[in-house]
Amino acid sequence: MILDSKIPDGPLAEKWTKHKFNIKLVNPANKRKYDVIVVGTGLAGASAAASLAELGYNVKAFCFQDSPRRAHSIAAQGGINAAKNYQNDGDSVFRLFYDTIKGGDYRAREANVYRLAEVSVSIIDQCVAQGVPFAREYGGLLANRSFGGAQVSRTFYARGQTGQQLLLGAYSALSRQVANGKVKLYPRTEMMDVVTVDGKARGIITRNLITGAIESHSAHAVLLCTGGYGNVFFLSTNAMGSNVTAAWRAHKKGALMANPCYTQIHPTCIPVSGDHQSKLTLMSESLRNDGRVWVPATVEIAEKLRKGQISPNDIKEEDRDYYLERKYPSFGNLVPRDVASRNAKYVCDEGRGVNETGEAVFLDFRDAIIRDGEDTIRAKYGNLFDMYQQITGDNPYKLPMMIYPAVHYTMGGLWVDYNLMTNIPGLYALGEANFSDHGANRLGASALMQGLADGYFVIPYTIGDYLAQSGYDKVGADHPEFKKSEKEVQDRVQKLLSIKGKKTVDHFHKRLGKIMWDYCGMARTAEGLTKAKAMIKDLKKEFWTDVNVLGDNEELNQSLEKAHRVADFIELGELMVDDALHRNESCGGHFREEYQTPEGEALRDDENFAYVAAWKYLGEGQEEELVKEPLVFENVKLTQRSYK
Amino acid sequence: MNLTLKIWRQKNKSDKGGFKDYKVSDVSKDMSFLEMLDVLNEQLSEKGEDPVHFDHDCREGICGMCSLYINGKPHGPLQTTTCQLHMRSFNDGETITIEPWRATAFPVMKDLVVDRSSFDRIMQAGGYVSVNTGGVPDANEIPIPKRIADEAFDAATCIGCGACVAACKNASAMLFTSAKISQLALLPQGQVERKERAERMIAQMDAEGFGACTNTGACSIECPKGISLTNIARMNREYFSAVVSSENV
Repeated sequence: MILDSKIPDGPLAEKWTKHKFNIKLVNPANKRKYDVIVVGTGLAGASAAASLAELGYNVKAFCFQDSPRRAHSIAAQGGINAAKNYQNDGDSVFRLFYDTIKGGDYRAREANVYRLAEVSVSIIDQCVAQGVPFAREYGGLLANRSFGGAQVSRTFYARGQTGQQLLLGAYSALSRQVANGKVKLYPRTEMMDVVTVDGKARGIITRNLITGAIESHSAHAVLLCTGGYGNVFFLSTNAMGSNVTAAWRAHKKGALMANPCYTQIHPTCIPVSGDHQSKLTLMSESLRNDGRVWVPATVEIAEKLRKGQISPNDIKEEDRDYYLERKYPSFGNLVPRDVASRNAKYVCDEGRGVNETGEAVFLDFRDAIIRDGEDTIRAKYGNLFDMYQQITGDNPYKLPMMIYPAVHYTMGGLWVDYNLMTNIPGLYALGEANFSDHGANRLGASALMQGLADGYFVIPYTIGDYLAQSGYDKVGADHPEFKKSEKEVQDRVQKLLSIKGKKTVDHFHKRLGKIMWDYCGMARTAEGLTKAKAMIKDLKKEFWTDVNVLGDNEELNQSLEKAHRVADFIELGELMVDDALHRNESCGGHFREEYQTPEGEALRDDENFAYVAAWKYLGEGQEEELVKEPLVFENVKLTQRSYK
Repeated sequence: MNLTLKIWRQKNKSDKGGFKDYKVSDVSKDMSFLEMLDVLNEQLSEKGEDPVHFDHDCREGICGMCSLYINGKPHGPLQTTTCQLHMRSFNDGETITIEPWRATAFPVMKDLVVDRSSFDRIMQAGGYVSVNTGGVPDANEIPIPKRIADEAFDAATCIGCGACVAACKNASAMLFTSAKISQLALLPQGQVERKERAERMIAQMDAEGFGACTNTGACSIECPKGISLTNIARMNREYFSAVVSSENV
């Protein structure tokens, strides 16, 4: 199998412009003849659904939450990048492109990343026009801040809740199209399968989460905007409902899954407090602009701290190790996420962790408060500080915050070409659900940028190219392929309900999460991964013989919802382990202990691994087939990333 | 700590429903309220009893999906969302009463889960600026005084959870609706549709069966995001000036 990424010819800076001219258009009067299904209503889904409806397509938008406004994009805190260069500090489209490629450890496509940087400027204009209240300077113009992995200030923000404001902007655009009758909303509806007819995506099967009804929906194209799969680790910063089911069902129908092992572990999360923990809470990376990361210089001091014999404020300046500033003088506390996370792990592994479990480091605002005053810090991060205090009971204005890395984002996802189409014609993947723009590590404030770029400014163009060539003819939801898929979904539901084993769904999810975190988390080894693979296989067998899913299908049944999701997470977990095991190099979020530089940095192997690893499902119980898409770099020189 | 929970159980929309008592033990003070319910649900599931259904998603206090009327207050004793309420706010041996939001416009679907799609329909009636994607001016061509931007932002932080409705003796949605009307009335982008927006959103709010406002202020006190009552005053002003000069006759 050969993957065609459909990257346009010509110089990097002209590719998108040329491509937009060369692709086919659908006449405005004909757009109403096409139906498009959008699954997920986060930044990518809501922006795509609204923009396509504005163009005249008939859109059906699905989400499992009770309202499209609840999608997990809402929880993004820090900001959104754009190469506006409003700060006159040397930013440009090329610099944003370069930072993103480098930050991704040279494992993303140049053309996609350049386009992302190019359209970033329009996103800010669009959001402002919608009434998104970004932070402003006293002169009335937009304010910026800086973020990890960049040396310019290009991040636009709305206090510590930028994702909320951007999502509500996209939701408002979506709501307007619902009112116009161009979008039909299906909240509390979960996608259970993709339906293909003659090799093309023609619709989806859904389950109404209130009534349990299994239903078919047909369309000319299907967009999966269903986010990432971080919940495979059980504990992550994802929302409780975030899941891989839509993407995984598509994968089992033939869509390739690319780079599934690329997981982002976010350095600044609130540490785990006990076994009851259901999720982890992120503290925005923007805090690293003013907070200084440190641990005690010696294990002895750290031990005293853990036993509660001393308070962090008692520790003298010379006994503090600001390890990021020490090791990376030019980027300091603003090194990329993977570097910051790994270093937190190292100092804790050395025994210098600062909380009871030994798995936490300090993020200290003392110096910033002395420098700028408490009011300034409150204005910048007030809601984050309040959130921290609510969860931990500590006051971060008086005591340094305690943080530890947690799973946050998955760079891997469904393989897509330059048009965001998977290898199944008519099936697209947008936002975090695809693999395309962040390589092996995503920079802060780039997820919002990518979600909105895909939805507002890429798919409205590229979908036309496919639809113009596919014809108007509809395949009805009564087609035998739909009936067949409905039956498969119903059988699976019945199977889950009939096992009636002894263990709860959460029991399996927690065990899977532990395997993934221990062996496929921040640091991985061939030995550990091999072990993990066997453990996951056993877990899968046990799940399908001993899980207990209560209740019936024909009702609101949260155990059944979760059982579907966890069953898919288990299968995905195995593929992530395969991917991590085959990639005999370290890059970005994928750190194999066998492959590191003498300083402990990720050691890439560009000669053998400068490719996208796309996996093809071959059938139940079979090993998946690896398909490689070589990455060609014509505009950047591959170097060992250095943030020193 | 050990607790007694008095929880509203209701099989579906048409079921009458009623309270049922449960005991949970070994609750840690560091658990969130929802994690405490997770523990209960694991216990129930192991015994083969139907777990208590409740809405929740982000568990970070921002998605607005969690609800729960706890001991007579929406989201419990603190001014926060239920997912951000921790068990250190309760005492050992306490009995905690947990109910769904109660409002005609929020029908109960099961146990503690309610249908809040009426909020979506209010937004669909006018909670937006009618701009299509593309063709908009450069972001810095619309300067906005910081004070105005900040005030609009304060209104825009509403998470649409419905606590305001649950807190109100009239089950009024004035705080929710006014937050969006205020945000867009303050900003230059919202001026073009300002009058029509106020008229349409308020008409939809009434059509959904939400009650009127009698200015008790319970909504704002219970709002997890501290949305100010000033927004309701502004909405009333917007509405009256829209109606007296209405072009929709």
